[in-house]
Amino acid sequence: MSNVRQKDFGTPASREDETVTLTVDGRQITVPAGTSVMRASAEAGVGIPKLCATDMVDAFGSCRLCLVEIDGRRGTPASCTTPVADGMVVHTQTERLKKLRKGVMELYISDHPLDCLTCGANGDCELQDMAGAVGLRDVRYGYNGENHVFARTSTSGETNPRYMPKDESNPYFTYDPSKCIVCSRCVRACEEVQGTFALTIESRGFESRVSAGMHEDFLTSECVSCGACVQACPTATLQEKSVIEIGTPEHAVVTTCAYCGVGCSFQAEMRGEEVVRMVPWKDGKANRGHSCVKGRFAWGYATHKDRILNPMIREKTSDPWREVSWEEALEYTAKEFRRIQHQYGRTSIGGITSSRCTNEETFLVQKLVRAGFRNNNVDTCARVCHSPTGYGLGKAFGTSAGTQDFDSVEHTDVVIVIGANPTDGHPVFGSRLKKRLRQGARLIVIDPRRTDLVKSPHIKAAHHLALKPGTNVAVLTAIGHTIVDEGLFDEAFIRERCDWSEFEDWASFVSEERHSPEATESYTGVPASELRAAARLFAQGGNGAIYYGLGVTEHSQGSTAVMALANLAMATGNIGRPGVGVNPLRGQNNVQGSCDMGSFPHELPGYRHISGGETREIFEKLWGVELDHEPGLRIPNMLDAAVEGTFRGIYIQGEDILQSDPDTHHVAAGLDAMECVVVHDLFLNETANYAHVFLPGSTFLEKDGTFTNAERRINRVRKVMTPKNGYADWEVTLKLAQALGLDWNYSHPKEIMAEIAATTPSFANVTYEYLDKAGSVQWPCNEAHPEGSPIMHVDGFVRGKGKFIRTEYVATDEKTGPRFPLLLTTGRILSQYNVGAQTRRTANSVWHAEDRLEIHPHDAEQRGIVDGDLIRLASRSGETSLRAKITDRVSPGVVYTTFHHPDTQANVVTTDYSDWATNCPEYKVTAVQVSPANGPTGWQRDYDEQARQSRRIEAVEPAE
Amino acid sequence: MSPDKLTYMANQIAKFFHSQPENEAAAGVAEHINKFWEPRMRRQLFEMTDASGEGFDPLVISALGEIRRPEAQQ
Repeated sequence: MSNVRQKDFGTPASREDETVTLTVDGRQITVPAGTSVMRASAEAGVGIPKLCATDMVDAFGSCRLCLVEIDGRRGTPASCTTPVADGMVVHTQTERLKKLRKGVMELYISDHPLDCLTCGANGDCELQDMAGAVGLRDVRYGYNGENHVFARTSTSGETNPRYMPKDESNPYFTYDPSKCIVCSRCVRACEEVQGTFALTIESRGFESRVSAGMHEDFLTSECVSCGACVQACPTATLQEKSVIEIGTPEHAVVTTCAYCGVGCSFQAEMRGEEVVRMVPWKDGKANRGHSCVKGRFAWGYATHKDRILNPMIREKTSDPWREVSWEEALEYTAKEFRRIQHQYGRTSIGGITSSRCTNEETFLVQKLVRAGFRNNNVDTCARVCHSPTGYGLGKAFGTSAGTQDFDSVEHTDVVIVIGANPTDGHPVFGSRLKKRLRQGARLIVIDPRRTDLVKSPHIKAAHHLALKPGTNVAVLTAIGHTIVDEGLFDEAFIRERCDWSEFEDWASFVSEERHSPEATESYTGVPASELRAAARLFAQGGNGAIYYGLGVTEHSQGSTAVMALANLAMATGNIGRPGVGVNPLRGQNNVQGSCDMGSFPHELPGYRHISGGETREIFEKLWGVELDHEPGLRIPNMLDAAVEGTFRGIYIQGEDILQSDPDTHHVAAGLDAMECVVVHDLFLNETANYAHVFLPGSTFLEKDGTFTNAERRINRVRKVMTPKNGYADWEVTLKLAQALGLDWNYSHPKEIMAEIAATTPSFANVTYEYLDKAGSVQWPCNEAHPEGSPIMHVDGFVRGKGKFIRTEYVATDEKTGPRFPLLLTTGRILSQYNVGAQTRRTANSVWHAEDRLEIHPHDAEQRGIVDGDLIRLASRSGETSLRAKITDRVSPGVVYTTFHHPDTQANVVTTDYSDWATNCPEYKVTAVQVSPANGPTGWQRDYDEQARQSRRIEAVEPAE
Repeated sequence: MSPDKLTYMANQIAKFFHSQPENEAAAGVAEHINKFWEPRMRRQLFEMTDASGEGFDPLVISALGEIRRPEAQQ
């Protein structure tokens, strides 16, 4: 275990600048002031016995095992709660301490089962270690006294009222109260790290027990299954079921989670090529040792039986699939693509890069399109999520990325969270944000729903602006109005950093009476006084940071709203230092990276427009081909062109456009019109129903590469097992390119990164060697910023002067009326991820087995709908049926659902309206009607049947 | 693409630039379309505006001069 377990210093690191020098067991050590004696000793290489201390949480001082003696001080203070002092002389091992510790351990062990050999924590148990460390050889009290260990008393055989059976309700870990030493590490981890407050110590003294909620089982309590308590537990009390089943890991590899844009670092703890568990890596700079239920536990999809491991082809999508060799599949694809181009022209095919794949893989797919297909018809799922971020921040600041690192939130005084639900969508960041809020930072939530951040244990938003869906720009412009109207702007910052005349233009625009909170209240639904108070707080409350998600971008005015956020940050001087900034919370693990890598049809890697001759020349020289200077088709344009007949073939890597993109009927029609659809994925996803070639993909556990998270942090992904499908995804693209006759040679992803660095200035100094050394780096990483850039726009904006842009509110054309009187908005839930292809194939489904429609009690009553009823959700695009969940989290007139399940397919209902600048779909506003239903809709039945038919795989003749 | 959809998209862009300073509006529309519209979309735009231009925002029409006409069919 020693090579697997991460070093625990016992108490968190101190952040003081001042240092203190002390002596521990004759060793001199210098540490920051405020460090505990325990941590200083650990840093000096002296391991003081401990049980209730872990560096995940603050010192508690309850186990009395970490006692030390200090020259000149009386007694035996606990080293975890004693801060260091200059000149202090500490002794960690004396006769007195030995005796005390042995006595403490004797008491612990007298109420602990002695089943070490068959215990799940055998070899990874701190209690076991400490018994060894203090030389415990005998327990004088015996084991027959009052205890929590045995179900029946050993003497009379009566039921032991103190005994509690194991709670195995959580699918990923067990709670065995008989092994608990009540160190309270789990309770503190739940409070301090996760911020959910699901656990507590009930009762007192010998009766003290860890309890989930009000003495509930873990599954039905408020527990969000983040795993922090399991990680904190020093015994087998809270233990991963995978460890119980498999045993302890024998080696560990640091890698990056493949779920959301937080990009948590994990230690993949392995036994051979089998993952035993994923444990958050303490040195990971995005997550700082924390995790959520997805990254920590939901990796079982990697070995799920649904994974397709052999390539398959079929001529018509009505045929069953036929398993073929890789050679045949790739040859067939190459031949088809060449035929289509010959027949319909060079621009009749294209590709979609995956925001779930690595930077290197994404780079190769766009290279294949540009250099192999010789056009620019390449796009990525950012089209449907953060493309307006790219456009809006690019216009305002000059580059398309969040301005801060996640650590920045620790310096924030006022936070605006708009159109984001971080405790569900970006849980680890959500926990870090909540930690800061508990320390006193103020919060403004702008969201149609009452998200958990608005009010949850020890968190309460100062202002919740519950706007009507679709009115973001009006609300943000009204905040701008208030800032200008009340003279709250930061003139010095604006004069120095922005174009003053552009500011004046913007100021006069927002000052118009029609943008005032009083004038906009009638259609935004936000009370003017509340909006003004929020504006004042943001402008004057100290460091102000904006965090936003798809509730901002996925509107017909998504790009305008992003510009409005940039305006507010600049007007209040909240750019260019820790604690401030404009921070898009990115959806998928590598959506930042896929954008950086030139996945958009109009730009080459590094956000350089394809029309720029100089940039093209860099790539043309290296790749030996002439590049098309015209922008290519975006995903919705590809589908339009397909229906029209000018676009006939597509290579889709790790993306399920049929489920994730809006207006399912239109997507299906587009795919159906194509002659060669190649899906490269882990599973037969929904898009594959329309595919002619299926190339099996690999998981993040099976390849090397890098992901770039929402803070522009480039993290290493490391291979821990051989790809079950035979090849990592980059190898598949490489082989496809070779089949198309391209002279590509890469033997490792690091060579692809070298090509990225050589062609892309913001990545110039990025190498695998540097990443291995530094752990991670935030781009730009080049000669000017050799160690990367935690915070951007420090001395000036990338574009020079920050640009204020007028943001006129234009109401969406998606309007409610008598037929469709409610507004539907969509979002995510903690346990499921995106289209659910991965998480639905894990036990996470116990928390969310189906999509539900949240509806306000008032609207439900009017329609005769009771909680749990099957309802029909209809818009002008289509209809589907799902169960209702009645809640006042949504306002009257607003309904909400998630899009994780293909049998619901919320996107049958969403429309084809999209952002004016980027065509990012307007997922967040659809006019709908809700009515009771008596079964699935005709569409759902047809779809089910079609999906079943199209997933048939021809039985292979047995070999002779 | 359906003509209605193309008109709608062009007009949506125009709607944003209407609110921008007047001297930048037409150039803004043109720059945007040049940067993000694939040639076949621009080709269709010109086919439609050459024919009648009906349904288009006047700002789209005034931007036409600065929008690049795509090269002949590839």
